[in-house]
Amino acid sequence: MGKAIRDVYGEALVKYGKDNKDVVVLDADVSGSTKSATFGKACPDRFFNMGIAEANMTAAAAGMASVGKIPFVNTFAVFLTTIGLLPARALGSYSKLNIKMAGAYGGMSDAFDGPSHHALEDIAVMRTLPNFKVFVPSDATLTDWVVKNAIEDKSPMYIRLSRDVFPDIYQEGEVFEEGKGKIVREGTDATIIACGLMVGNSLKAAEELAKEGIQVRVVDMFCIKPLDNELIVRCAKETGAIISAEEHNVIGGLGGAVAEALCQAGAQVPMTFVGTHDLHGECGPYAKLQEKYGLDAAAIAKAVRETLARK
Amino acid sequence: MKLPAEEKARLEQLCRQFRIDLIETLHQRQTGHPGGSLSVCEILTTLYFEEMNVDPADPQMADRDRLVLCKGHAAPMLYRVLAEKGFFPVEEMKTLRCLDSRLQGHPCPLETPGVDAATGPLGIGLSAALGMSMALKLNNSPARVYAILGDGEIDEGTVWEALMAAVKFKADNLCAVLDWNGVQLDGTTEDIMPMGDIPAKFKAFGWNVIECDGHDVDALYDAFEQAKTVKGLPTIVLAHTVKGKGVSFMEGKNAWHGKAIDDESYEKAMIELGGAK
Repeated sequence: MGKAIRDVYGEALVKYGKDNKDVVVLDADVSGSTKSATFGKACPDRFFNMGIAEANMTAAAAGMASVGKIPFVNTFAVFLTTIGLLPARALGSYSKLNIKMAGAYGGMSDAFDGPSHHALEDIAVMRTLPNFKVFVPSDATLTDWVVKNAIEDKSPMYIRLSRDVFPDIYQEGEVFEEGKGKIVREGTDATIIACGLMVGNSLKAAEELAKEGIQVRVVDMFCIKPLDNELIVRCAKETGAIISAEEHNVIGGLGGAVAEALCQAGAQVPMTFVGTHDLHGECGPYAKLQEKYGLDAAAIAKAVRETLARK
Repeated sequence: MKLPAEEKARLEQLCRQFRIDLIETLHQRQTGHPGGSLSVCEILTTLYFEEMNVDPADPQMADRDRLVLCKGHAAPMLYRVLAEKGFFPVEEMKTLRCLDSRLQGHPCPLETPGVDAATGPLGIGLSAALGMSMALKLNNSPARVYAILGDGEIDEGTVWEALMAAVKFKADNLCAVLDWNGVQLDGTTEDIMPMGDIPAKFKAFGWNVIECDGHDVDALYDAFEQAKTVKGLPTIVLAHTVKGKGVSFMEGKNAWHGKAIDDESYEKAMIELGGAK
């Protein structure tokens, strides 16, 4: 059935942060939306509403991290990775501080609020910051693990979340590892490398293609940085075609990272980039936006067919 | 509260030496910011030699007092003071801004022992200092946090975000200092971005405000001691200073914000400072 990623995130903060006195949570007046308020209710003494002041919030979180705290910094992904970018770079990245930037409402998930509230550049921006790790969970179980892992790993991190319900990909108790993608469906004809929302959509596309006799492998590349270069190259060699799928501009995001890995290894194969194509979208129902901007299962399946034709 | 006379004399002697050494280093290196380094000299010296609980043998001591040099371009003076405290050899000042040096153009805690925060981009240092003070409060630590801002820096809106938040979170372990020298890179603060009644602005934001002569170690000491007694409120010391203080032809001149010191100016400055060889 799946759960709203933001709900899972808020619950995970409580689950793993309640008894860890170093965990602190900051929000910029959107805690009811990001669900950081769930932690705020459970641990009011370690929850700080910083008002609508994202740069101050992020820099203050960095200061807290320098004293040994594990701050989770919350607001919409688009504001966190633009207004919060200077402190993320100048303090978090440069001093390798233990800050966890949690970007709520990744991609177009804040559908009806429109392009001003969509985040389609955040992965590109955050993966270029030295020392930062970047995670894009694809379902509830993985979101829960990402929060747990963020508390255990002392690196600065960007976690891209979603407002919406993602279908379940994993069983509870699934084991994950930083820097290791997950093959969530086997196949031999091509590999779709996806993250976040697009993993579920890619699995649907794979179902569709199977009916046509096309067997597609689907990889959940939930850890964009460090990237699982080895798995990417192996998929290229074993299946001969790569399709990247992300709810993000095709410039600089997951697809770009995958292409970098393939080129570096000299393992180029026909590749197609599914994502938004250097544009700002519009407001509307989430499913319709995915359809119109080429992010749904049909668009992914089409990209697979086109890529196979170039094999 | 006044400093004992001999202590005051010691600080003043240190400041004389720091100014000479600063000009020496910046002339030798032909890079770095003289104006703002000279104006912040007494502020840094009073804090590190009278107020702050730090231990060069244990730079990461949990309950140490912290200092964020928000105006990170004054790094050369911070480094000179830290070297005197024993965080690294004074000799190392020669490597300022050199390749492979621990003394970067702007402060970085991963590089330089004794530095508590990376600064350089203006406007976010006070926020970082606030975060430190909030975390130290959570830890019930007795440590205090000092944040030194430039007066040009307060053009940045983030500073005012931090001012609001520090009052909300009752950051009485936070003491900001405004190095109020009236000059920024392109000209006077009055020309570039007039701030109007600065004390009134800080008071309106709810801070405890103390004004003093930022080159008088006694007055600075008294201000920092007063700040410690204030409960429930953050304090800002508005320190009246002179950009380029101590070198007549640099004083109040924006041209000396970040200019390399030529040989002739170096000779003149050294004579004025009593450091001529």
